[in-house]
Amino acid sequence: MDILIIQILNSIFYACILFLIAAGLSLIYGVMRIVNLAHGSLYALGAYVTAWAIGTFAAGAPLWVLFLLLPSGAIAVAAVGALIEPTLLRPLYNRPEEYQLLITFALLLILEDVMHFLFGGVPLTAGAVIDSMGTIRILNLRYPVYNLVVIFIGIAAAVFLWAVIYRTRFGVILRATSQNMRMASALGLNVKWVYVQAFALGCFMAGLGGAVVVPAQAAVLGMGVEALILAFVVVVIGGLGSLEGALIGALIVSFVRTAGIQFFPEVELAVLYLIAAIVLLVKPTGLFGRA
Amino acid sequence: MSKNASRTGPSTPLIVACVIPILVVLMALPRFVDVYQIQLFTYGLIYAIAALGFNLLLGYTGLLSFGHSAYFGLGAYSAAFLVRYFGIGSIEVYILFGLLVTGLISAAFGYVCVRHTRIFFGILTLALSQVLWTLAYKFFWVTGGTDGLRVAFANLTLLGGLIDFKGRNAYQSFVQSYYYYVLFLFCVCTLLMWVIVHSPFGKALQAIRDNETRAQFLGIPIRRYRWLAFLLSGSFTGLAGILWVPLNGLVTPDILYWPFSGEIVFMTVLGGFRTFSGPIVGAIVFNYLKVYAVASTAYWQFMLGAVLLVLVLALPTGIVGTLARQFGKFRKRG
Amino acid sequence: MNLLETVNLKKYFGDTHAVDDVSLTIAEREFVSLVGPNGAGKTSLVNVISALLPSDSGKILFKGEDITHASVTDRVKAGIARSFQIVNLFDDLTAFDNVTLAIFSRQGKTTNLTALAHLDHAVSAEADTILGQFNLVGKRNERARDLSQGERKLLDVALAYALRPKLLFLDEPTSGVSTRDKGQIMDTIASVVRGEGITAVIVEHDMDVVFKYSNRIVVMQQGAILAQGTPDEIKNNDQVAMVLLGSSGPDAFTRKD
Repeated sequence: MDILIIQILNSIFYACILFLIAAGLSLIYGVMRIVNLAHGSLYALGAYVTAWAIGTFAAGAPLWVLFLLLPSGAIAVAAVGALIEPTLLRPLYNRPEEYQLLITFALLLILEDVMHFLFGGVPLTAGAVIDSMGTIRILNLRYPVYNLVVIFIGIAAAVFLWAVIYRTRFGVILRATSQNMRMASALGLNVKWVYVQAFALGCFMAGLGGAVVVPAQAAVLGMGVEALILAFVVVVIGGLGSLEGALIGALIVSFVRTAGIQFFPEVELAVLYLIAAIVLLVKPTGLFGRA
Repeated sequence: MSKNASRTGPSTPLIVACVIPILVVLMALPRFVDVYQIQLFTYGLIYAIAALGFNLLLGYTGLLSFGHSAYFGLGAYSAAFLVRYFGIGSIEVYILFGLLVTGLISAAFGYVCVRHTRIFFGILTLALSQVLWTLAYKFFWVTGGTDGLRVAFANLTLLGGLIDFKGRNAYQSFVQSYYYYVLFLFCVCTLLMWVIVHSPFGKALQAIRDNETRAQFLGIPIRRYRWLAFLLSGSFTGLAGILWVPLNGLVTPDILYWPFSGEIVFMTVLGGFRTFSGPIVGAIVFNYLKVYAVASTAYWQFMLGAVLLVLVLALPTGIVGTLARQFGKFRKRG
Repeated sequence: MNLLETVNLKKYFGDTHAVDDVSLTIAEREFVSLVGPNGAGKTSLVNVISALLPSDSGKILFKGEDITHASVTDRVKAGIARSFQIVNLFDDLTAFDNVTLAIFSRQGKTTNLTALAHLDHAVSAEADTILGQFNLVGKRNERARDLSQGERKLLDVALAYALRPKLLFLDEPTSGVSTRDKGQIMDTIASVVRGEGITAVIVEHDMDVVFKYSNRIVVMQQGAILAQGTPDEIKNNDQVAMVLLGSSGPDAFTRKD
């Protein structure tokens, strides 16, 4: 029974991470119709930057310093996104879709080796954060407080995103541009600026996912592609371009993954893809997606 | 009658005039270069077959697959399984069995993938290839895991057992004979693919690529044809994988891992994916690029990504496409 | 037996009745013009009959058979073809390849992947004949994207015609074309259609074209049929004149320039 609760908490923890990544992906697609194949690598970059920052500046520092450095990964990745969009993506908006996919794929390759170059092949951790926060008693077992904090961050992020998109002027602009770019432009909206912001926000979410996961899970080379595929399974199930879809999809994927690792360890990945394939066959736009 | 060839490609006499000298040179190659160079070039021809298959989907049907390593790897592992579990040495059996396996799997994967838009198509192909990679990696008692499975040339036979590689100078004899064998199959594949893309089916594929709606309104069944293209594409690439493994001597899960899919994409874009010969040229050039680049830097993926970036932004038609355009300009001026 | 019959056909987009309970019959060899103000539902009706859009209710009968739920490709095989208001071609293929493709599809040859397309002389000859009928012979080897707007419009119709349909829908075949070319284009289309005895339904805004070529005019408004009849009957129908032109009287349809 205790173990079940731990598993559930772990699933929710992991779902929060997946939600952050998938929400970013969905946001970018929803507003700009771009599928960013480098999105997973941006998540990995966020993890690496945060782990490095904490390792370099905060060894042995008090908790509040650690927390201050935590978002560094997200901010760095958002900056990278703001740089990439106008220079590499904008020239291709009028070209066939294949070119966009090719260029984001090129970015994936570049980022993977940039991380290799900057941070080396050794996994980077930020375990100090988890240790500093201690554990809490759940029934008869102890559970890291940090994980609960992450769950809180995940919920906060979902609420924050929802508020931004549905309750702010910026959100209205985002939604207008996503529904009808030409019309938005004709109405005087600076679409280029909207695109940069949307892309940076989406990247921020991915980077935040990485930043937040790295205390619990070391930053390793190759984590980007694995995350990319999982994020895509999430948006396939939940629907590309939908915030609720990213949330529900993340929960489903995370729980299935936990159950899979528990009961079918060799083929846990295959089970996930099977679910994605079934969803695609039955409801191609996902549970909450629009066509 | 001479107006039959459409103006959007080189004329038949020109093609024949280019191909014959090239064939002559290729046939005579082993006389001029050493064993290492022959082996290297054979790899190039094998990649060319893979890229040719891949480009049926990309260049002619408009579908960008990020998971073609799956079919290459399936071909390679099929041959390796025959060696490991049945002790078979005949390459013809490898080819028949490997094509059967690759055909079945690409039919199954294709069925799932072609129901979708281009974005999801790409991701699905990537995901499915990663499933195969995980299986090869995790079921190590079957696949040899990261150690892989060996396919030694000493036990290999060509032409149904007529040629084997035991005895003196076995390695040299192997490389040379194998080169001709691969060259022959490369020519067969190129010819087959050329006929396919110039057939009514090939035209229908291009129509689907250019304008799905109109193709439908001409009575063309979109999904079925895309699936068929997928099946053919996977089979060609699978054949390349089968031919690759005796040369490499070993197959490991790396061949199923996504970066290899990326390399197939890269070599096709490098050569020019809107031309017939682009993938062939791109594969051969890429082969040399890889050998010399990997030797000089550990950041091979960065190089690949950077070159791809430049290609997409500045030279989207690749080597062959750009040369063709320059040649066309030259002809207009002269 | 009528070639085409729609029975209480409906297509609603929420509150908008794009096709509102339309019962229309088309007899063989008719040249019917479908007219009406913007938003009248002309293109929607054509889209529903050609299966670009699914209907919400009602029936479509073609040669007596119920095709209401038939797919696009099934309707094409049955003998319905259409051209598009916004030109819909295979831009990277030549005009010749565009037409041969339609012929190959019609003959069921598109599954053939072992024969070279340009060696099929019968198909090539037929394609050249069709290009000739549509005055496109000189552009045979040009890519479709390089043709002029008028030529692209003609090619769009030629593709539908190459399917040798029983029923041909033409969606504003002269829209976006200069006035001078309009006449030539319509003459070409009409002579081909009449010459082969193809039943044609044409969506058109230009009333000069409509009066000149149709033997029946169907006027639509807000998704429903307002009136139908011969050109003379329609010319003298004041209600129609009000709807189409905002004025009525004997000179209502005469061009005032």
